[in-house]
Amino acid sequence: MSTRVLIVGATSAIAEALARRYASQGATLFLAARHTERAAAIADDLRIRGAAMVAVGVYDATVPDRAEALVAAAWEALGGIDVALIAHGSLPDQAACAASAALTRQELEVNLISVIDLLTPLANRMQAAGCGTLAVIGSVAGDRGRQSNYVYGAAKGALAIFLQGLAHRLAPAGVRVLTIKPGFVDTPMTAAFPKGPLWASPDRVARDIQRAIARGARVLYTPWFWRWIMLVIRLVPATLFHRTRL
Amino acid sequence: MAAHAPYQSWGRYPRALPAGLRSLRFRDQPLPRVAGSVLPFGNGRSYGDSCLNNGGTLLATRGLDRFLAFDPGTGLIRCEAGVLLSEILSLTVGGGWFLPVTPGTRYVTVGGAIANDVHGKNHHLAGTFGHQVTRLELLRSSGERLRCGPTERADLFAATIGGLGLTGLITWAEFRLKRIANPYVQVERTRFDHLDGFFELALGTDREHEYTVAWIDCLASGRRLGRGIYLAGNHAAPTCEGAPRPPGRAPSIPFDPPLSLIATPTLRAFNEIFYRKQPRRPTNGVEHFAPFFYPLDGIGQWNRIYGPKGFLQYQSVVPMSVGRDATRAMLECIAGSGQGSFLSVLKVFGDRPAAGLLSFPRPGVTLALDFPYKGRATLRLFETLDTLVAQAGGAIYPAKDAHMSPRLFAVGYPRVDEFRRHLDPAFSSSFWRRVTGAVA
Repeated sequence: MSTRVLIVGATSAIAEALARRYASQGATLFLAARHTERAAAIADDLRIRGAAMVAVGVYDATVPDRAEALVAAAWEALGGIDVALIAHGSLPDQAACAASAALTRQELEVNLISVIDLLTPLANRMQAAGCGTLAVIGSVAGDRGRQSNYVYGAAKGALAIFLQGLAHRLAPAGVRVLTIKPGFVDTPMTAAFPKGPLWASPDRVARDIQRAIARGARVLYTPWFWRWIMLVIRLVPATLFHRTRL
Repeated sequence: MAAHAPYQSWGRYPRALPAGLRSLRFRDQPLPRVAGSVLPFGNGRSYGDSCLNNGGTLLATRGLDRFLAFDPGTGLIRCEAGVLLSEILSLTVGGGWFLPVTPGTRYVTVGGAIANDVHGKNHHLAGTFGHQVTRLELLRSSGERLRCGPTERADLFAATIGGLGLTGLITWAEFRLKRIANPYVQVERTRFDHLDGFFELALGTDREHEYTVAWIDCLASGRRLGRGIYLAGNHAAPTCEGAPRPPGRAPSIPFDPPLSLIATPTLRAFNEIFYRKQPRRPTNGVEHFAPFFYPLDGIGQWNRIYGPKGFLQYQSVVPMSVGRDATRAMLECIAGSGQGSFLSVLKVFGDRPAAGLLSFPRPGVTLALDFPYKGRATLRLFETLDTLVAQAGGAIYPAKDAHMSPRLFAVGYPRVDEFRRHLDPAFSSSFWRRVTGAVA
């Protein structure tokens, strides 16, 4: 039977790269995105690349109370879910957040609360089914609060703790929870940045994610060296850290 | 990792600094609003400055890499402009479909193949890539999305084929693939000891073979001038037992050497060995399509061997009536300069009328050679070659060019005034400004 995959935030570069990998293996997919026209263009492409079936649903992380219905629709369309990738998010303007509690709250809602809203019904359905993988895009930014992006970091850090607990709860049911921590990914959002060797392509990240899902990993740093970079960053004493502009 | 490749041309000469870079990801996006001109940039396989926009903005199209439709019954395929030819082959070869026309590298985008109206070893039968296109969508800076094809807005279509990305952004294109029984090619290789041998073979075998091209030793002179190996191939018959698959992962030049690794004595030895390796009598064998069509794709980033100064390719076409004499004169001039490089390419084009107003291929004989950039010496040699090309009534290929004069462009491309009417006012390139004197 082909793998049944739900992707939320399906128009993101990493999500699309992962969708192509599953499509070429004959998976069935449900793509949830704000821009359904773009998701439909991706769906056409995935069908040509070998997907057995692709459905598209609308999902806007800024609109509350839609998560349950989305999960139900995807579950029904796919006849159950083997892999759910939650990939939506925004990259907050840290300076603007520092000046506005309302904007900070909004960013936390998109990057944290909306994800939890999806995870709760997904976890319950997978627990009942006794199988499945929840794969969630976190960030290395969640490993240590830094002045340059601590609102984003707080959302991703809290998400990592939530996922850690969820993994603990779901382990006896045979449900896997994967926290994905990409480093610098070369996406259209970052096209204008000068690139060094730390940057990875979305397809490289997607390859790592698919492998981590297949082997049942719990935490994935991608590319791998970020695990060691972040270890060092976590270990730097605050007195020293505060002298940097990281 | 291609994702980090800086935005420069394949020859890495000249260097250009775009003021801005915008990556496109969805074909429904409007063109970004920027000050100054824009130019689509695909996979950066144009050699000179036709893919550069010094001081302007590049619109990176590799993010437009989706298939819209593919009919495995008829081979009709529609895809976004940033799809690489290699990605099409990966999708379709297993099912028995091949590119109807392919250049010597599969790492070019569909948009780039159209904008440069690329040709391949089957030009004498199939024409250019542009001849294969049935429809495309052009996004103009006015915001209009115009469908064009051979019978729909045919004028704008002809301007866009070979239009160097200057008529607007191609968002998607449709064309028909070609049926093959398997991924193999039946190849006949014949050694010839002089340029005259090439012309005899070209006149004799081009009718029986779908794909023909010659590699020549551009360092040989005198009695050996223009010696080389003639390749003539056809897609293998269904009964063909096949050939070994090329290695899955290609070796790559992993870093930028601080100087050019190309030196004349090693080149002479390399070309000599390549020539001698081919037995005197013609050989016939079956090859996988990849090494036959894309011999250099097997080495990633091979342009790095020319060092930080980069290299130039010189590709010309001269009419058949003077083809033999003009080619001989050019080869004598190159051999005399001692500046040539690896094996050079010689091919006779077919008679099919050009698909685009600025298409390079035309009836005649085309010669292509790489030269490490050595400053004045290289440019002086090019000026001499330009004179020979102009005298012969020939032209230089914009996709390979970084040097031709406005005058040579004007005589080589007599329909340029017709083309101008279709230019998108927001689009420009370093090449266009250089050969027309237009302002950014």
